[in-house]
Amino acid sequence: MEEFFQQLTNGLAVGGIYALIALGYTMVYGVLKLINFAHGDLFALGAYLGLTLLTSLGLNSRVGPLAGLALLVVFVTGLVALAGALLERAAYRPLRQSPRLSAVVSALGASIFIQNTIMLIYGSKIHVYPKGILPAVAVNIFGLQVPLVRILVFVVSLLLMAALFAFIQKTRLGTAIRAVAIDQDAARLMGINVDQVIMIVFLIGPGLGGVAGLLVGLYYGQVNFTMGWIYGLKAFTAAILGGIGNIPGAMLGGLILGVIEALGAAYVSVAWKDAIAFLVLIVILIARPKGLLGERVADKI
Amino acid sequence: MSNLLEICGVTKVFGGLTAVDNVSFDVRRGSIVGLIGPNGAGKTTVFNLITGNYRCDRGEIVFDGQLLSRLPPHKIVYLGIARTFQTIRLFQNMSVLENVLAGRHCRMKAGLLASMLHLPSERKEEREALKFALHELEFVGLREHAAQRASSLSYGNQRLLEIARALASEPRLLILDEPAGGMNEQETEELMALIKKLQSRGLTIILIEHDMNLVMQACEHLVVLEYGRKIAEGPPEEIQNNPKVIEAYLGVD
Amino acid sequence: MNRRMWGIIAFVAAMAAVPFCLNPYQVDVFNNIGLYALLALSLNIILGDAGMYNMGHAAFYAVGAYTAAFLNTQLGIGILWTLPISGILAGLVGLVLARPVIHLRGDYLLIVTVGVGEIVRIALINNVFGVTGGPNGIFGIARPVFFGFKIAKPHEFFFLIWGFVALTVLLFSSLKNSRFGRALDYLREDHVAAEGSGIDTARYQLLAFMLGAAWAGMAGCLYASKMSIISPESFNFWESVVIFIIVILGGSGNIAGVILGAFLIVGLPELFREFKAFSQARMWFFGLAMMIMMVFRTEGILPPRPRVFKDIDRNVS
Repeated sequence: MEEFFQQLTNGLAVGGIYALIALGYTMVYGVLKLINFAHGDLFALGAYLGLTLLTSLGLNSRVGPLAGLALLVVFVTGLVALAGALLERAAYRPLRQSPRLSAVVSALGASIFIQNTIMLIYGSKIHVYPKGILPAVAVNIFGLQVPLVRILVFVVSLLLMAALFAFIQKTRLGTAIRAVAIDQDAARLMGINVDQVIMIVFLIGPGLGGVAGLLVGLYYGQVNFTMGWIYGLKAFTAAILGGIGNIPGAMLGGLILGVIEALGAAYVSVAWKDAIAFLVLIVILIARPKGLLGERVADKI
Repeated sequence: MSNLLEICGVTKVFGGLTAVDNVSFDVRRGSIVGLIGPNGAGKTTVFNLITGNYRCDRGEIVFDGQLLSRLPPHKIVYLGIARTFQTIRLFQNMSVLENVLAGRHCRMKAGLLASMLHLPSERKEEREALKFALHELEFVGLREHAAQRASSLSYGNQRLLEIARALASEPRLLILDEPAGGMNEQETEELMALIKKLQSRGLTIILIEHDMNLVMQACEHLVVLEYGRKIAEGPPEEIQNNPKVIEAYLGVD
Repeated sequence: MNRRMWGIIAFVAAMAAVPFCLNPYQVDVFNNIGLYALLALSLNIILGDAGMYNMGHAAFYAVGAYTAAFLNTQLGIGILWTLPISGILAGLVGLVLARPVIHLRGDYLLIVTVGVGEIVRIALINNVFGVTGGPNGIFGIARPVFFGFKIAKPHEFFFLIWGFVALTVLLFSSLKNSRFGRALDYLREDHVAAEGSGIDTARYQLLAFMLGAAWAGMAGCLYASKMSIISPESFNFWESVVIFIIVILGGSGNIAGVILGAFLIVGLPELFREFKAFSQARMWFFGLAMMIMMVFRTEGILPPRPRVFKDIDRNVS
């Protein structure tokens, strides 16, 4: 039973990370109906930027652990958000009027490009996050010893999701994003600056993804340049699971996928861990393509 | 059996909206039937039900003694019902001739192996298909455009090309969804002549059209839909004076 | 038309000279280009002609290679005899995998095929059915024997591989100019209009997928015979990506474009091998090229040529 709850909390923490990345997929899909294949690599970029800030700049040792962590989150979010906006401007905006699949290929190209940029800068070997950023202690929750970092990862991702949800639901800009997602042309006619809204989505989505990269670095203590693809695919699965284009769906899908994967690895087979997410993806697309809470994705007549 | 097509109590619901509600009518062999009604009355939905693009929630459609329900669109074309689309759906990047050959596809047999090896039987079939397609292009008056890209044709000619593509499948029933849409007066006149020519070839035709002049002259039988329901049916002169139809069109209380 | 014929003749002549003029290492580079050209031609049927975004093509390559390796090492069947079996098995696997997902929209299909490719690779690593040899793969695959002539050296493989490429080009180009090839064009251009014109779109999508998978399987068989050892890492996700890029950049739907793509993507980096920085940045350039290509020239370097109907005027009667 102890094992089960440990895996459950582990799954929730990893699921929180998946959910953060999934939000980027789902928001971009919402406004552009495009799967941003480069999103996973922006997430990896976040992990590497976090690494640089921690090691080269020694951010943590200068201002103390908690403030350091907060600063880290702010910097990584900002930089990755900028990269996301740049990507939109260079690779997607020129293709807004082209056939959909041209944008898909461009997104794939962007993914390969970003991934290899990271590789060329940092090299292809695995990088280790510095130790001792967070005290390696465990917290007792109802008699269960849960590592602090696990709780932190889960709490940070929950807080960010809550903030995003409030932003989308309560603010003018959030309303504009929802309007563009429903009908771009109508939104434009109502005086909404669609280009600006899309740009903002490309700031928020990658920003959250960047934080997720940082959290993965903290949680697992190591990063590699291909991590963007595997996490990206899993987060995309989470977005599909919840219903693509649907923000609460992405959150729910991420958490569910994280838990399924953790329990599957523990009780079914570790060797097949990475296949679990893909199986979930395929089963969902065959059985319920609109996901738990979302729209239809199969071809319509 | 004088009826080529029988539509019996057909209903189609989208979400909560009943787009087609218990509609029935028959189409006599060799006749031209017009399906009319205000926008959103469910006319195109009826067409999509006949051609298998949608499935009926209730009711059935019988074509020449054969039940059509649950057949996919390409099988229905094979049985002898060909259509044109309300919003033109040509293969825009392909040549006019290739567009017509698409319609010929279901009357050809060559499979994967015969195609790969260019077997003599396949070559013969290809030659005949080409001849047939050119013949249909000649018929609608697009022969000299055969090698052009479909997208380079004028709007009216694109509509004619859709008809040629439909004809290439040797249909017995032709379904035209707003064939005069976007045509000028002269083109519409020529279209009307073409439709009469099609009838004399032995084809049965159902059409949706907003051009009342064309409908009244070309059709010998009209079916009027409003809010998914059939409100009237009969010869044009009778429909013209039907108070329910006038009300539907003019919104008189 | 004449210029085109001369181009083809010049290309074939130049290729025929390759094994006589170049050293074994260089010939082997051409052999690799040939294998990728085969893979890209097979993917081109699925991606370029039928318009289905398949980014798990390495899975079928793997099925073919493993089938050949297993039959050869375990049952002692001559590797060239396993060629059709590899093709058929890969085709069947393609059919079974594609059947439930074929109706998905382009980008979703792409993600699913990535997933399928990964599942196949993980299955190979985990030694499914105890026949794949796990992470180490299968070794000791015998050299092919062609009518008593043993093929072992690079320039001997050159004829085998490029001979098969030539055969493939002949078959696929006549396929393109047929009822079958046109059907794929129709369904790629407009699915609904194709179905409404009487084309069984689902059937043609499946046939295209099966044919592409089968051909990749046969390429896998040739690969196994050339390497004499295969392992799951040869069929990872990046293989699928490279094949995909070859088709997209070369010119999807155009056979000559796809072969040109294979030369550019596989051959060109070899020219810069001495410059280590260049060879490391290979994928970086490809990614950049994909973005630039989509913004400025969506159809690839060589876009598909319009079909020519020779006797269009002879038939006016």
